[in-house]
Amino acid sequence: MKILLSNASPHPIYDQILRQVRAQILSGDLTEGEALPSIRKLAQTLQISVITTKRAYDELEREGLIDTVGGKGTFVASPNAEFLREKRVRDVEEKLAGALDAARASGIGTEELQRMFTLLLEQDHD
Amino acid sequence: MTEPLLHLLGVSKRFGHFALRDAGFALPPGLMLGLIGPNGAGKTTLIKAILGLVRPDSGSIRFQGRDLLREGPALRHRIAHVPDEPRFTPGASLRTLKEVHATFHPAWDEARWRELMGEFGLEPRMVADRLSLGQRTRFALTLALSRAADLLVLDEPTTGLDPVFRRELLARLADTLDERRSILFSTHITSDLELRADLITLVRDGEVVFTTSQDDLRETWGVVKGGLELLEEQGQALFQGLRRNAHGFEGLTRDLEGARRRFQGRALVERASLEDILVLMGRRKSDAA
Repeated sequence: MKILLSNASPHPIYDQILRQVRAQILSGDLTEGEALPSIRKLAQTLQISVITTKRAYDELEREGLIDTVGGKGTFVASPNAEFLREKRVRDVEEKLAGALDAARASGIGTEELQRMFTLLLEQDHD
Repeated sequence: MTEPLLHLLGVSKRFGHFALRDAGFALPPGLMLGLIGPNGAGKTTLIKAILGLVRPDSGSIRFQGRDLLREGPALRHRIAHVPDEPRFTPGASLRTLKEVHATFHPAWDEARWRELMGEFGLEPRMVADRLSLGQRTRFALTLALSRAADLLVLDEPTTGLDPVFRRELLARLADTLDERRSILFSTHITSDLELRADLITLVRDGEVVFTTSQDDLRETWGVVKGGLELLEEQGQALFQGLRRNAHGFEGLTRDLEGARRRFQGRALVERASLEDILVLMGRRKSDAA
């Protein structure tokens, strides 16, 4: 499991862990049944708070990506990969729809919206 | 919710010009809490109250669910303490000092002590009062960490230590945590707390301003930077602390999201570091005066 944390990132630390572990599970870099370090161990390795690590694990568990087996540890869940991807796609769709609503409410037209999105995509590449 | 290992509630103490007012915080087992605040804010008084060296005028201190103020003598062997400037009997070797210390602590772990001594670059035959402050702090730590205490209290443990050893020390301390052991330490060096401390309690002018997790801290506190005309228009009341010069102002807000919305495009809104919070808050009174 590879985790790189940035202090300069706009995303909170727990969210950075969440995103990176999620991405590794969804991409198959972390496979079903693979053991994750304990919350305390990971906090120690990354030199961060136990509360932060726990929050990331709790969220991963809520998303069905990992399982915590009492007394044994935390493992990558047996995901229905397709289902997971679908869930992520739906998530993105909802967020885009929300942005569209907000744009319409403030009278931002289709063209301007497309420009904004293109710009965001370009920035993302930097 | 598990019961806090240490729970201070409404602790007040007045002496001379200084008053600690209605101070409280809860430290759950297994976590590291950093007590932060400017010098003279009341950190040491709080620590002394926990150690039984200062008797609060009012309030309660509970440790593992028991009344620490009343049952102190029976409970305090479970609390280990490292003072800010450890002093030892002149002329005594570290071995001798350790032996005296160990007789008071039946759960003494000799193997662990030797291991820590080696790790900290200390030798039993060294003489304590010829050591540097950093070395004395390390030695005090070997004693505190070898006696199986449930709470480790450190008063400004990193003062006088170089950044490399400070980092090592904090990592070392974090390693000693488990599900039942907690650490409380005070510092005015904000970078020592950033990230690693689980909870941060900010003390200022004898009051606890907040106790919060790192995540909450990063998500709720922000710094707004903008021109003076904006400050004129929006008023100072929005800010928990303020600093200004001829070119603009910096205001501390406890509502990062709200500030982002309110000042969108008109001012710079950034996440506040612990240092921002400390510095900007410290200025508030003088600024208002």
